[in-house]
Amino acid sequence: MPRLLITKTPKPYVGGAFIRSESGRTFPVSDAAGNFFANIPQCTRKDLRNAVEAAAKAGPGWAKRTAYNRGQILYRLGEMLEGRRAELIDTLVRFGGTKAAAAKEVEVATDRLIYYAGWADKYEQVLGNVNPVASPHFNFTVTEPMGVIGVIAPAAPALLGLVSLVAPLIVSGNTVVALASEKTPYPSILLGEMLATSDLPGGVVNLLTGFRPELVPTFATHTHLRAISAAGLSADESKAIRLGAAESVKRVHCLADETRWLSDAAQDLYAIREGLEFKTTWHPIGA
Amino acid sequence: MPTLAEKKSTRGPARTGRPAPELIFGDLWVFDPAPESADPKLKPRYDLFIGGQFVAPKSGKYFASINPANEQKLAEIALAGREDVDAAYAAAERAFSTTWGRLPGRERAKYLFRIARLLQDRAREFAVAETLDGGKPIKESRDFDVPMAAAHFFYHAGWADKLDYVAPGRRVAPLGVVGQVIPWNFPLLMLAWKIAPALAMGNTVVLKPAETTSITCLKLAEILQDAGLPPGTVNFVTGAGETGAAVMGHPTAAKVAFTGSTEVGKIIMRSLAGTEKKMTMELGGKAANIVFDDAPIDQAVEGIVNGIFFNQGHVCCAGSRLLVHEPVADRVLAKLKNRLRVLRVGDPMDKNTDIGAINSKEQLGKIAALVESGVQEGAEIFQPPCRLPTKGYYFRPTIFSGVSMSHRIAREEIFGPVLSILTFRTVEEAIEKANNTAYGLSAGVWTDKGSRILKMSVELKAGVVWANTYNKFDPASPFGGYKESGFGREGGRQGLLDYCKLV
Repeated sequence: MPRLLITKTPKPYVGGAFIRSESGRTFPVSDAAGNFFANIPQCTRKDLRNAVEAAAKAGPGWAKRTAYNRGQILYRLGEMLEGRRAELIDTLVRFGGTKAAAAKEVEVATDRLIYYAGWADKYEQVLGNVNPVASPHFNFTVTEPMGVIGVIAPAAPALLGLVSLVAPLIVSGNTVVALASEKTPYPSILLGEMLATSDLPGGVVNLLTGFRPELVPTFATHTHLRAISAAGLSADESKAIRLGAAESVKRVHCLADETRWLSDAAQDLYAIREGLEFKTTWHPIGA
Repeated sequence: MPTLAEKKSTRGPARTGRPAPELIFGDLWVFDPAPESADPKLKPRYDLFIGGQFVAPKSGKYFASINPANEQKLAEIALAGREDVDAAYAAAERAFSTTWGRLPGRERAKYLFRIARLLQDRAREFAVAETLDGGKPIKESRDFDVPMAAAHFFYHAGWADKLDYVAPGRRVAPLGVVGQVIPWNFPLLMLAWKIAPALAMGNTVVLKPAETTSITCLKLAEILQDAGLPPGTVNFVTGAGETGAAVMGHPTAAKVAFTGSTEVGKIIMRSLAGTEKKMTMELGGKAANIVFDDAPIDQAVEGIVNGIFFNQGHVCCAGSRLLVHEPVADRVLAKLKNRLRVLRVGDPMDKNTDIGAINSKEQLGKIAALVESGVQEGAEIFQPPCRLPTKGYYFRPTIFSGVSMSHRIAREEIFGPVLSILTFRTVEEAIEKANNTAYGLSAGVWTDKGSRILKMSVELKAGVVWANTYNKFDPASPFGGYKESGFGREGGRQGLLDYCKLV
């Protein structure tokens, strides 16, 4: 008689811990063949607020890490993905990808982390500068992370979409609360396990699973979220996000549904810039 | 206070209640009037500027522009309705697709250089017009507003053919027609901030100035004609909130840029929620100006005065909250009071005037109401006993001491010559108090210690930090806020990027 497998209880990664929803609610997820796979926590608005609190707590420490250190941690996250490559591919295939497509998605997601890891101690040199003002002042413009940013990941690709949105934000010292693909949430559970073993401080990335209609309004109006980065929003969701954003003058960055996630064009310096504020400092020059 | 070294006073023991002897002039001598006499060359009536021509509004309606210094009418300004705004956008769209949008960068640059030069030629005339229309002291419009506006055109002119260097790794392209609405505190300068980068990038513009200060905008239209700028490249529509809403909400606008109050900025953001329009918002502020005990106090006092009384305090980045380190709080307050006693409040056209007229009756009412709330909530008010002109809108420079963070005068933008003074004991407390606001436009730090300046610069959540100086501006220096002070930058390389798309 074959041995009965130990199935995993999926838990989202929030505040450096694996949580259940405070509500105790779950929703069943089936694999591509329609067989029951697991119950996934259906996170609530309260879970979202808790996650924002965790992200806010982690923010100052993460932003104060040296750029070199943040780069190494992102690189280590890439190492974690590489190490669990087979499991990630199996998972993506289980939820409907072909073997080749799944392998490609995992490959690009891993390489994307390495790409952004390398930017950590360079983007400032490209985006900031000294300004030649017409008075005896030393004047320079530097970048700063915005703070806590809400991410709404596209329905697909479940892993690559989430990684592509989160990586350029955390590389500069932001912390993130992300809502995983509603349709295929399980890869985000796996990503959480990799985040937990990547030296990334708890609370820097918080991954929620649940339903968009329930959580989007709170993403829109939560005043501690300084910005929203989203992909594949419906027109209604996009409008709701922007209406809510107006209440606290939140920055909104929406990527179109047709983003070519596998392409190199889906990663660049200006994705990092979307998570940055510019600060200009003046000081007199003189004795 | 572990972070703050004990400093030995070089002044001997403090003599409480007896400040060091100082020359106090007060009203001992009466200054002779020194009126600026250049001719502002105003027209009795200003029409809309659409498609390179001055055109009457479809409605035929005009409103009066008042000199706030004496409440006399300066000129009639056209009231633009929806049809006029449509016509302006149509002209801008035409210019974008046929003329301006097709010019090579080096040619756009030459137009902008021309505008800068023509403005310099007529600088004094524009300064006088600006002061008459807005109420700011002539020395400020003459030495700051107009030269700085010209500098913005000159700076951005040079970018027009160097746009490949704006966004390394990517190419940039103009957005199309840009809708812009600007406030009344720096009418000509805000106009330059808005249109110079938009034009350098190859966009065309529909802009609405504030209803109380339209004159220098329409005078600049004369310069645009003289410069031979292709018709429709820049269009000016004048009017109040309704006209502004039509400009911001117009379907042709690929991007809107707004400078004004946070309240109106939020309304605009809500009204554009269903669209994909790009936005730049430069909104309100409640800046902390932080003075440490090791600061050069006399310079700091000058910086505090400049920070809050520059342009009657009608400055979004005004240093309206003074955070002063407890060991020097009494000394700073005493020096500030002395300094206030010699500020000259009055006729903006007088070259000796430090504080001119409040821009409008409405604004005067808002300032008075907030000052009243400060008194009601228990802060201690000080106003120098200066004489104010009998006609016109004036407000005495005002400082409140003993202010706490919960007071309205410590939280709300007053936009007038009113300073709220709070104290702190440690660096951490100063940072906490400075950042405890929904705004994040600017901040000031006064200290002799370099490492502390850099720490404060990192910790203060504000887009501009002035260290041992205040209220300095330059076209090369990006300006703009964090949090509810808005987003996007104006000026510098960073500001240009807000007027293009990456391709």
